[in-house]
Amino acid sequence: MASPAPVQTLDLSARFPGVLSPDTRPGYSGWILDNSNLLKFATALRDELGYDYLSSVTAVDYLPEDKMEVVYHVYKTTGGAGVLFKIQIPRSDPMEVHSLVSIYPGAELQEREAWDLFGIKFTGHPDLRRILMWEGFSGHPMRKDWHEPYFEEEAKPLKSRWPDGKMIMAENKNRYGDNITYPDGFNPERQTFDPEKALYEALRTYQKDEVGLDTDHIIVNMGPQHPSTHGVFRIAVVLDGEKIVNLKPVMGYLHRNHEKIGERNTFIMNMPYTDRLDYLSSMSNNFGYALAVEKLMNVKPTERAEYIRVMMAEMTRIASHLMAIGALLNDLGAYFTPMLYALEERELLLDIFEAVSGSRMMCNYFRFGGVARDFPESALQKIKDIFFERLPRKIDEIDRFLSENEIIRSRGIGQGVLTAEDAIKYSAAGPLLRASGIPYDVRRAEPYSIYDRFEFDVVVRSNGDIYDRLMVRFDEIRQSIRIVQQAVKQLPEGPVMALKPMYQVRVPPGEAYGRVEGPKGELGFYIISNGKPTPWRYHVRAPSFINLTAFGPICIGQKVADVVAVLGSIDIVLGEVDR
Amino acid sequence: MSDMYGKGILKGLSVSLKRFFETYVDDLSWLGKRYHTDKGIAHRGSKDARGIFTVQYPEEKIPVPEEFRFVPFLVYDEGPNGEKTLRCTSCGICAKVCPPQCIWIVRSTDPATGRPIPDPAKFFIDADICMNCGLCAEFCPFDAIKMDHDYELATFHRNVYDETRLSKSAQYYENIRPVNANREDAARAAKAASRTGQGE
Amino acid sequence: MESNELNSPDFEIPPELQAQVAITSLDKIYNWGRSASVWPLMFGLACCAIEMICAAASRFDIARFGMEIMRPSPRQSDLMIISGTVTKKMIPIIVRLYNQMPEPKYVLAMGACASGGGPFKEGYNVVSGVDKFIPVDVYVPGCPPTPQALLKGLMKIQEKIKGEPIKTARWYQKGPDMAEIPVPMLGPDLIDPRKIPLITNGEKN
Repeated sequence: MASPAPVQTLDLSARFPGVLSPDTRPGYSGWILDNSNLLKFATALRDELGYDYLSSVTAVDYLPEDKMEVVYHVYKTTGGAGVLFKIQIPRSDPMEVHSLVSIYPGAELQEREAWDLFGIKFTGHPDLRRILMWEGFSGHPMRKDWHEPYFEEEAKPLKSRWPDGKMIMAENKNRYGDNITYPDGFNPERQTFDPEKALYEALRTYQKDEVGLDTDHIIVNMGPQHPSTHGVFRIAVVLDGEKIVNLKPVMGYLHRNHEKIGERNTFIMNMPYTDRLDYLSSMSNNFGYALAVEKLMNVKPTERAEYIRVMMAEMTRIASHLMAIGALLNDLGAYFTPMLYALEERELLLDIFEAVSGSRMMCNYFRFGGVARDFPESALQKIKDIFFERLPRKIDEIDRFLSENEIIRSRGIGQGVLTAEDAIKYSAAGPLLRASGIPYDVRRAEPYSIYDRFEFDVVVRSNGDIYDRLMVRFDEIRQSIRIVQQAVKQLPEGPVMALKPMYQVRVPPGEAYGRVEGPKGELGFYIISNGKPTPWRYHVRAPSFINLTAFGPICIGQKVADVVAVLGSIDIVLGEVDR
Repeated sequence: MSDMYGKGILKGLSVSLKRFFETYVDDLSWLGKRYHTDKGIAHRGSKDARGIFTVQYPEEKIPVPEEFRFVPFLVYDEGPNGEKTLRCTSCGICAKVCPPQCIWIVRSTDPATGRPIPDPAKFFIDADICMNCGLCAEFCPFDAIKMDHDYELATFHRNVYDETRLSKSAQYYENIRPVNANREDAARAAKAASRTGQGE
Repeated sequence: MESNELNSPDFEIPPELQAQVAITSLDKIYNWGRSASVWPLMFGLACCAIEMICAAASRFDIARFGMEIMRPSPRQSDLMIISGTVTKKMIPIIVRLYNQMPEPKYVLAMGACASGGGPFKEGYNVVSGVDKFIPVDVYVPGCPPTPQALLKGLMKIQEKIKGEPIKTARWYQKGPDMAEIPVPMLGPDLIDPRKIPLITNGEKN
């Protein structure tokens, strides 16, 4: 394509005269509107124009222009390009924007994140607390004038490493031996700290059932250290006997400051960091990031690189789904055996990743304009062997193993139901959305790369319960096997990089939102560049994080024993949830 | 369900029973050569793998592929008298491109003139920060820093490597990465030949 | 002296030999039993946890080392494998779990993040290595270390256990029990109670 196409093609300014103004900054697109018109505009967008799926809500700090901006991406579930609109507010406390939770409930967790990291208050939000940091933390970390304790320079590479790189470990430069600073005049002996108070107060606001005996409701913490494979995730549950009355997920135990570090890194340095987001499917993350930056740079990868990218992305999808199936069956009680069978197949796929990219999990394989290196003939032969001869029958074997099992069926069918309207409302994505009956797949809705050349079906199931989410994953593995078989047959010869390999990438100023269909859902990268070697804003639209908005409403009314099964069927990865 | 309740459980049990018997059948069919042999290890990582999948570390080790990357190392060329010259010219590109900035380089200066000479005086890599991404090896213009295959690095203390710990010979590099080493040697020889050709 | 004198049952054994001979072979048996059945705490934080699960799966079986019982409860485990980035929000929980483990207990820092902060070291929510708070026995570098590298680290723990004589074992010494590590608190930033005098002194400056 000659120039990046604008995100929306319909002329909204004619439909909403006087309310919207187009964003005319060079490289930018979308609409800017005022906070006072936000709720009316959003309601009209959803009800009259049919844009019912809120994909991403994020904030940007424009310190030099003394502005904060809140950016919204909205799509239609019938597919196609979306609408991008922004609210600009002056950068002085208090910063208030109307909350969209009443119109798009999927904005709940994302608005809490914008409050936590930027300090923007969303008026009308039902529960505005910090989400990734703890209550009582001083400051809003993603602001441009907030510096972390190990701060040396605004952008890497750091001058202290070369040519006079005397090695000093960073903690030896800090007086507390770790990256800690306190506000001036802080005396820990004169105060008590209770970061949990706000959580328990929020838990107590729920509909009390007035019928029957007046019983006590207990609060149970399914804490961060948990014998389940999903990682450090905490669930606070209010129980009436065994029935769940209210449920709040607590996250942030693995918040690794990906976005702040991303702003200090150059563009090429961010590629290995994206591996560590959804660490089970590293090449999908690389894919999304490479797409976003290639949109900004206006570069198209070579043909062979496109085929290799699709093959690697689909193989990562299979590896991730195998782990998800194993973990879900583990949670349902089949203690570790299905996990071992699934991991055996995954190990063979990881062998291929190791031969191609160098590492089993953190592949760091994609570059802007193609892939890092070509793969040897032995790896291609291995792919052919596994995908034409072994994997299809092994998947059928694991399917036969447990899908008709009476225990799995009675624990799965009809439990943990998410209806289709709720799935769209709560911005669910990926297998969670498709198991509830909405056939939305980014590879079909807004095709990227060369997915329009392959024949595959979008997998949909209608009930939206735990069993359907499990079966959707099996079917998606089969569709991915189909895609890889077609790609292997059509693989052309040629170079794998469109540009010369360079470590200082010149990215023109502008914004881009690159989204891919990851194994967990729609993974989006929103990148703003101002022409410098490092991005100005780097935001990850994490599917596992936003799928957790639906977690609370699914579980209310269920028994407490189903919480673990529902969490396993939503399939979260903490690296993505907490970034 | 019209047929017997429990049919699904029995179906699943037949799968695990089949795998159970396969372990013995496969073991016997190899007549004792299944373990501790290269062919046996390769079989357990191929598409025909069935039965016992375990590779018994430390007696059996899965051979790592050529592209495998763990912590980096510095390559030195050995001269005819055994003197070791590091290929590194302390240009600093690896330190500039390292994502977590875990490389510290002190460039040497000529004591007489005070001007920099292309040799590292000190070269530190903090292996407790290194994320094994391989960008340093990918962008080094002198083939001086490469990714190692050695993963048996567990210690009782923190790991900061200096240039003595990091230096390994070019022969070692060719042993672990033959295809890459030959391609790079050929490229360097061609470049040197074209330079001497132009210089005449 | 004559060997038949040594063999008689009422031969006087000199006092400095009395304790020595019995304990070396007792040491060996005691440490062999302990090192062959280390039970790790099932505690996966981040990406390294996936490699730990792969080490526990069928290809790199850790059941061959006696470690397949991964107990979720700290009261029943011997070894804490810190696999993944240690964040400030999570460190109070890690210290509490460490305090709840009964002696003899060991800690293995798996991966770059647990050993020294890793690639996320500059983050404002990341602790630069778990050894800022709890004593670590073995460090396994890598990001993530392959399951074979983790098995090498576990073998180093077994080596360490085999080299510990009973005479100097800290859980058999007379005297006050080993003090618990004070649990850090979450204020405007992470507060380590052992450093409170340092913080208040700074305030006076």
